[in-house]
Amino acid sequence: MSKKILLEHAHIEGIRFYETYRKNGGYRSVEKALKMSPDDIVEEVKKSGLRGRGGAGFPTGMKWSFLAKPEGVPRHLVCNADESEPGTFKDRYLMEFLPHLLIEGLIVSSFALGSNATYIYIRGEYAWIPDILEQAIAEAKANGWLGKNILGTGFDCEIYVQRGAGAYICGEETALIESLEGKRGNPRIKPPFPAIQGLWMRPTVVNNVETLAAVVPIINMGGDEYAKIGVGKSTGTKLLSVCGNVNKPGVYEIDMTISVEEFIYSDAYCGGIPNRKKLKACIPGGSSVPILPANLLLKTAKGENRMMNYESLADGGFATGSMMGSGGFIVLDETQCIVRHTMSLARFYNHESCGQCSPCREGTGWMYKILKNIEYGHGKMSDIDLLWDVQRKIEGNTICPLGDAAAWPVAAAIRHFRDEFEWHINNPVEAQTRNYGLAHYADPIHVPTV
Amino acid sequence: MSEQIKVTIDNITVAVAPGTTILQAARQIGGEVTPPAMCYYSKLEGSGGKCRTCLVEVSKGSEKDPRPMPKLVASCRTPVSDGMEVKNITSPKVLDARAGIVEMLLINHPLDCPVCDQAGECHLQDLSYEHGASSTRYEFDRRTFEKEDIGPYIQLHMNRCILCYRCVYTADQLTGKREHGVLDRGDHAAISTCIGKALDNDFIGNVIDVCPVGALTDKTFRFKNRVWFTKPVDAHRDCPTCSGKTRLWMRGDEVYRVTARKDKWGEVEEWICNTCRFDKKQASDWKIEGPSKIDRHSVIAQGHYEGVLKPQNFLPEVIGRNPKLLMNIHDVSGVNKNDIELSKLNGPAHSSDFDKK
Repeated sequence: MSKKILLEHAHIEGIRFYETYRKNGGYRSVEKALKMSPDDIVEEVKKSGLRGRGGAGFPTGMKWSFLAKPEGVPRHLVCNADESEPGTFKDRYLMEFLPHLLIEGLIVSSFALGSNATYIYIRGEYAWIPDILEQAIAEAKANGWLGKNILGTGFDCEIYVQRGAGAYICGEETALIESLEGKRGNPRIKPPFPAIQGLWMRPTVVNNVETLAAVVPIINMGGDEYAKIGVGKSTGTKLLSVCGNVNKPGVYEIDMTISVEEFIYSDAYCGGIPNRKKLKACIPGGSSVPILPANLLLKTAKGENRMMNYESLADGGFATGSMMGSGGFIVLDETQCIVRHTMSLARFYNHESCGQCSPCREGTGWMYKILKNIEYGHGKMSDIDLLWDVQRKIEGNTICPLGDAAAWPVAAAIRHFRDEFEWHINNPVEAQTRNYGLAHYADPIHVPTV
Repeated sequence: MSEQIKVTIDNITVAVAPGTTILQAARQIGGEVTPPAMCYYSKLEGSGGKCRTCLVEVSKGSEKDPRPMPKLVASCRTPVSDGMEVKNITSPKVLDARAGIVEMLLINHPLDCPVCDQAGECHLQDLSYEHGASSTRYEFDRRTFEKEDIGPYIQLHMNRCILCYRCVYTADQLTGKREHGVLDRGDHAAISTCIGKALDNDFIGNVIDVCPVGALTDKTFRFKNRVWFTKPVDAHRDCPTCSGKTRLWMRGDEVYRVTARKDKWGEVEEWICNTCRFDKKQASDWKIEGPSKIDRHSVIAQGHYEGVLKPQNFLPEVIGRNPKLLMNIHDVSGVNKNDIELSKLNGPAHSSDFDKK
């Protein structure tokens, strides 16, 4: 069992409220940080090697140092709590059970970036969480951690909670900014990047909930100490939200030194696949990253054990690897149908495309319709190649990464499970009643019979 | 402008002012190296970047940072930097992506050109003629929308729309009173009013001119004539609200349609008001200046008239040499060699005649 940092106190009764949180060492980082200079805090975060937890894995310290600082122009920090990726629910856990951890991280980060008005943009479907956050903000304010002249340092900070209206696209940072400004949530065309012109054309940093929460332990223990946790460029701990065919789905904190095999089969984590089924495939980082068959998930193409960290999961590129993504770990056992699964993802991206640029608007719908045909027994063999060509023409040609996110799962499913697609097309009637099963990508792990 | 920076597009170097976009730099060169633009409109601030037809490959970022850009970029919204090298028609990647975009734009377009008033001056027609495939791989029902009446002058055909957002920007920036916009999202996003309003504004007629397809057409011209049968002439009148400089589309003495004057990229030169556009349909309302110069490459340019400019041939510059013949037939076949005079042979020539020396 690896060390818990973010969720260290999550089990304590009443940690959601200020008194309990403060008693367990809460807001120490604010006391420490406000005595430091903002540049030192950025430097600590840089030293920690913290990478963005929202999906792209961009180094947070570097992102902060890109922030433009023109004279007389206010800067903003925006917390991206629009966690809409299918399979990802780690931020929800953090905000629901440890709201003060996020508020604490926000105060420290706001001080580091010079943001006097900080926003939390939360997805509309998390209807009950804004109340929790607002209560936490009120408590923090009542105890002098927010508002004017915090701890007598002359630093003012307010945190506002803004609800989205339930659009996946508003998790993209520029679409989020547009939505926060009260406009239609269309992604902006970059450049200019938000670090130069973001919210209300002011320099803005948009960070994920987990990233901002991780700033708290970085300040408490120091950047160098934080960088010692984990391995290589994957420092610190990562929250993973596990769902699908596992015995113990839920949110886990790992320190990125364990192997995928241990993560799935160890009783400390997922506890294996239920009903003595075999593992077929897994999406390791939220629905938009490529799916991997069991053999490639547990071992890389070089034959090494695949570890739960940024580098190892991405080993082999998209041909034989995947991505850490946002940490939505979706496990599929042998009874799952890849075609149906891909279709349901394609339907999601078709529904969530903003409709601004043409490849994504038209292409996602086209992919969904082709997959629907294959799934319901009307497919042709040429459809597989057509599907491949359509995803190829969406990927990289769109304004925002939603186009890529829609194309990658389809591409990976065809790349690794083409035989299953072919079986669907060749046996349209049989495919309606039973699943393809495992074939060559069998689970190499011995499954105990008891 | 003080300093000029150099940018190379398809091996042709041009000096432009800093802050110019790649597309504008390419337009300074003109001809084939200019990427097509369906959504970008130089007169509308914030337009562009949406249709993705103008994607180009940046093979060298700048003199300072010569790394190529990792993805294809939208040339209409990417500013040039000094020493940048751009590939448009010389990049197979760009041509492939563009063919894909054209296909995507067309899969849900109704292709009702035979009954569409825009046919003949439609940018999507030109685009698909130049970059598209002759058949479709799309086998599903095309997307359709409920009909919506948006007022007495403008006809909205949402089925034909490619969501370029130009009309939204026009209404925003020209009229100050926008009543239409994009509702819904994804592939059912639609230009619409909120809710069931009529567009009434003195300058709202300009949305017809900026529309690259037949989604917004002139109700006073609806089904009256095909554009290529009418003859464009430049005309003006003293108009209290606008410049009054227009283009009349006439057949004989009859004025069928009034539009704004457009430049060679199909963009309006000066916006005109609704009165000029919809109400002044008598030749006596106007002072006619003379035939318009049309040098768009679509069908309206074909039969027309004086002053049609021949397109410049940029091929030698782009490929760095004159185009070579693939095979010089004179070298291959003896038939064409001059040492045999066919008229001196008795009867038809036979292959054996050519073998004689």
